[in-house]
Amino acid sequence: MHGIFLFCGFTAVAFVLFLTGYLLIAGLPAIRKIGLIPFLTGIVWNSTGSDPQYGIAPFILTSFYGTFGAIVLGVPVGVLTAIYLAKMAPEGVRKVLRTAVDLLAGIPSVVYGLVGMMVLVPAVQKIFNLPHGANLFSAILVLAVMILPTVISVSETALRAVPKEYEEASLALGATKTETVMKVSVHAASSGIASAVVMGIGRAIGEAMAVMMVSGNVANMPGLFTSVRFLTTAVASEMAYSSGLQRQALFSIALVLFGFVMVINLILNALMKKGERKA
Amino acid sequence: MKKKLPLRRRAFVVLCKTGMYFAAGITAALLVFLIGYIFVKGLPNITWELLTTASSTLKGTTGILPNLVNTLYIIVLTLIVVLPLGVGAAVYLTEYARNKRLVNLISFATETLAGIPSILYGLVGMLFFTELCGLKSCLLAGALTLAIMTLPTIIRTTQESLKTVPQSYREGALGLGAGKWHMIRTVVLPASVDGIVTGCILTVGRIVGESAALLFTTGMSNALLAPWEAVLPNRAGTTLTVAMYKFAKERGQFDVAFAIAAILLILTLLINLAAQYAGKKLKK
Repeated sequence: MHGIFLFCGFTAVAFVLFLTGYLLIAGLPAIRKIGLIPFLTGIVWNSTGSDPQYGIAPFILTSFYGTFGAIVLGVPVGVLTAIYLAKMAPEGVRKVLRTAVDLLAGIPSVVYGLVGMMVLVPAVQKIFNLPHGANLFSAILVLAVMILPTVISVSETALRAVPKEYEEASLALGATKTETVMKVSVHAASSGIASAVVMGIGRAIGEAMAVMMVSGNVANMPGLFTSVRFLTTAVASEMAYSSGLQRQALFSIALVLFGFVMVINLILNALMKKGERKA
Repeated sequence: MKKKLPLRRRAFVVLCKTGMYFAAGITAALLVFLIGYIFVKGLPNITWELLTTASSTLKGTTGILPNLVNTLYIIVLTLIVVLPLGVGAAVYLTEYARNKRLVNLISFATETLAGIPSILYGLVGMLFFTELCGLKSCLLAGALTLAIMTLPTIIRTTQESLKTVPQSYREGALGLGAGKWHMIRTVVLPASVDGIVTGCILTVGRIVGESAALLFTTGMSNALLAPWEAVLPNRAGTTLTVAMYKFAKERGQFDVAFAIAAILLILTLLINLAAQYAGKKLKK
């Protein structure tokens, strides 16, 4: 029996190696043909032209800006909600809000995409008086909403794990409840909150479907109100009709995305280890 | 007697409190808006015809019965594959593994799998299952892709509940002369069944909501498949989420898209309730 369980235990490791290997095998040929530097820094993506150009700088920058924007908007709201949930909310409110957060986490990304497409995009178009509303700004708003549940849940768990003695000491020294929570609890839970932010980054950079529906999906260099294409949507949008080098280049984009995700994973792992050592 | 705080500290308190109420208010308002909007737009469009027919231009019907059924097939297929693997891995990690390094390696791999975006799973699933293994676009390829993707969820929840099984249970069983496997089978696993159920429910939730990993693995067909056909290669079929994406993005049939969104939302609600219920039982 030991052998069978050992096998099961190793499937996770095998899957990671398998995914990594496969993405490398699929992604490297095009990078070798195009050249790493022109591929990563080229600002023109024109895969279907007579003289195709494969530069993915627009996608990388869009993914970067989009994630950054979502973090800037989503993290303050998420962390403050988590603080309220963990420390200040009365029991009844807490239960309701907790359920709400779980529900937000469970809503499929295509549903976020649909609502974004039908409500947000026209609203952005109207408010900012643009020719069309499917742009980076809409995508940032949708992503900010989508990372909220992750940020809230993980931060709340971290805040709840803060030892009571810390807070009691602060209260005994004359700090008010709010001051204690904001200055002592948040500080003590900082590595957990950092994990929450990194997880939010991971979720935002990996989101494909919702973003596809609201970002306009054009390979422009990113601007707040231009239609853009993310790394994830670049892979998805041309896959159905691609062939040859174009198809291989899409795999290379996936490889680049995978690289970013792995870096984020490593940071997250280091943060969690740090949190464990503290506790 | 209460002394008044200095102005700066009072301002800080007021500012922080306002921020918190504001943030919590936004979160709650978002959910109320999302649910309200989708239900108002979607519920009136859920008709008997929509639920019981397949989409066909020939017959002039728009229906999502195949998509509902396909979602069910995918859930069952995925669970059949992932459940033994995930539970087995969790049992190995908590009951058998002695080597700390090995445990860390497996945990790291699990965390990594959990962090990989679903679109990458979809891509590798397409390359490996549909092309290299020759399955073509089919439900089976989608289910196998999702099995890899949902493995971390099952491992984690099972592990959590295995850890809550009191050590004395194990010692009791071993003391009565049970072998290790016998002990796990008759004492440890039954005692942690609630956690395994919770893991399954969470996995079902993920599968129901997943779209990016299925876009290139399950194909685009809308034909109704019989259960024995669902496991065959080259039998394409779209799930609810992918069908919704198609209806909204490609065909512009937003009423149908909203109807599916409402159904998805109801499913999410039910799954959350079920998970909460199972979680409560787990605590007992």
